[in-house]
Amino acid sequence: MANSMPGESPRTEETESVLTGEGQPTTTEPVAEKRIEGRSPWLLAWQRLRRDKVAMISLGVIVLVILGAVFAPLATTITGHPVNEQYRQAGLSPDGLPIGPNSTFWLGTDDLGRDIFVRIAYGARISLLVGVVATALTVVIGVIVGLAAGFLGGIVDTILARLVDVILSVPFLLVAVALVSITGPSLLVTILVIGFFSWASVARIVRGQVLSLREREFVEAARSLGATNSRIMFVDILPNVLAPVIVYASLLIPVVIVVEATLSFLGLGLPPPTADWGGMISESQNYYTVAWWFVVFPGAALLITTLAFNLFGDGVRDAFDPRSDRMFAG
Amino acid sequence: MLRFLVRRLALGVLVMWLITVAVFALFFIAPNNVARTLAGRQATPDVVALISHRLGLDQPVWKQYLDFVGKAVRGDLGFDYYHGVPVTDLIAGALPITLSVVIPGAIIWLVLGVFNGVVSAIRPRSFVDRGMTAFALFFYSMPTFLLGLLLLYFLYFRLTLAGSAVFPAGGYAPFTGGLYDWFIHMVLPWFTLALVSAATYTRLTRASMLDVLGEDYVRTARSKGVGERRVVLRHALRAALTPIVTQFGIDVGSLLGGVVVTETVFSLPGLGKTAIDAINQQDLPVIIGIVLFASAAVVVANIVVDAFYAVLDPRVRLH
Repeated sequence: MANSMPGESPRTEETESVLTGEGQPTTTEPVAEKRIEGRSPWLLAWQRLRRDKVAMISLGVIVLVILGAVFAPLATTITGHPVNEQYRQAGLSPDGLPIGPNSTFWLGTDDLGRDIFVRIAYGARISLLVGVVATALTVVIGVIVGLAAGFLGGIVDTILARLVDVILSVPFLLVAVALVSITGPSLLVTILVIGFFSWASVARIVRGQVLSLREREFVEAARSLGATNSRIMFVDILPNVLAPVIVYASLLIPVVIVVEATLSFLGLGLPPPTADWGGMISESQNYYTVAWWFVVFPGAALLITTLAFNLFGDGVRDAFDPRSDRMFAG
Repeated sequence: MLRFLVRRLALGVLVMWLITVAVFALFFIAPNNVARTLAGRQATPDVVALISHRLGLDQPVWKQYLDFVGKAVRGDLGFDYYHGVPVTDLIAGALPITLSVVIPGAIIWLVLGVFNGVVSAIRPRSFVDRGMTAFALFFYSMPTFLLGLLLLYFLYFRLTLAGSAVFPAGGYAPFTGGLYDWFIHMVLPWFTLALVSAATYTRLTRASMLDVLGEDYVRTARSKGVGERRVVLRHALRAALTPIVTQFGIDVGSLLGGVVVTETVFSLPGLGKTAIDAINQQDLPVIIGIVLFASAAVVVANIVVDAFYAVLDPRVRLH
């Protein structure tokens, strides 16, 4: 993923661009009477992304899921069913089994007579929150480590590289499950565990980019102007590695959502009665022979969300780096 | 080549050592009192102290660590807290089951992934290519546990309901109890494990094949009149396989993660299920033993992959 090719002007702070002479069209003087409209790589990427039908449809689905999560209480208002309310009479069959989709319970009920539709809406909150926050944490740690390892080099690089090796050698899910069982499940623990085990790949990508960037003239120029290491790292180099990081992050969100659901499925997600997709699917395990809706609807919600994020992430990758092979939309 | 291997092995030992430190720190310093839990609610402080002493938990941390590593190096991972069974025995008992899931599962995923990738690359943007893409995307986005449950629902429950009980609901039938019985118990777990991962390999193979098929030597082979089948399989595929080997080395760790889920869904008492059960009972020696064993497996697998890769592509040895 060599995104910053020679010749492609690195996006630095405007002042640096002027100083290094690697300025973008916006900072150059208009040559002729007609002013040249400057378009940043970000704008170009967005314009490519906007033309990508699959990505835009996926974005639409993602927006719908977000709206569903934000307005989850509305599902309660419409149906009149609070998220954790157990309808032992109306929501369970005479044998005490879940009842299928009907006009009162649109997507049926679960084993405790709770409304699956309302719970799916609330469950979206958990999936999205963990997906976004844990991905952000992963990216922040990965970028800092990758910048430090790539830019400072030497002993720092060696130590951090071994650390990355260790993290990548640990069977993630096993250790994650063990850790959560020790600390007790909570939203914060889930996010921290996912972030802790995922940053290594981001660090690798960033380090690779930084290794080539630190030899470029604009870094030399900044140094000769007396910029400190941290200023060069975060002000000059960081903006240039953001594109591959954003691409990676957009494809990481669905992975994180699946990991969160998997932890819940293994009984280490948020403690009941929290509505959460993985937990719902886990609860449905003993009922799938009598209540298909119990597994199918939460499963579909999870699958549609990860599909949308994957397709969108694929579009983002294509938009930032049109030469790369796309993962999916061939 | 020898120097490369030695360096790679030394690195593997270093990584393993760091993992023991990390695992020990995480699990032994963790704020939960195992002795207290084991002693039960009614226990007097004396009993708790006695249990602590027996488990060596009253020793200083560094001493516990040295003791733990010293034994681990000699292949002694301690005893499980509840039944006093050696952890190595538990691992030895669970390993064949995990291998029954993992090895054929990995073969299915590689064959399926590479085959679909090659078929896609031969006619890019064709109907077949797009079909494979949709297939790959669908399974790539599918959580393993959901796929397992869906396979159980349709291929066990629905099929049994329809009068043809082909697949069992789960559980393990030992290899020695008849090949067919073992096979039929394993098919659904294999595909649960394989389908999710095959998708990545389909796309990787497709990209890699497209690159290689554009190379000069492939054109040369074609212009010499070599048959298309031979060009694709002999000339192109071999060169296209290197990134796939690399990816496979990276994925061995996630493979073990997938096993945890697959074994849980299909009630297979392999390493993953044993670990989850141990975790639910806070049986530390078992958890640590399995985590260490699995990490060692990943480290060894990575060394094997690197060595294999160095054979395929001599440039790697220089790094």
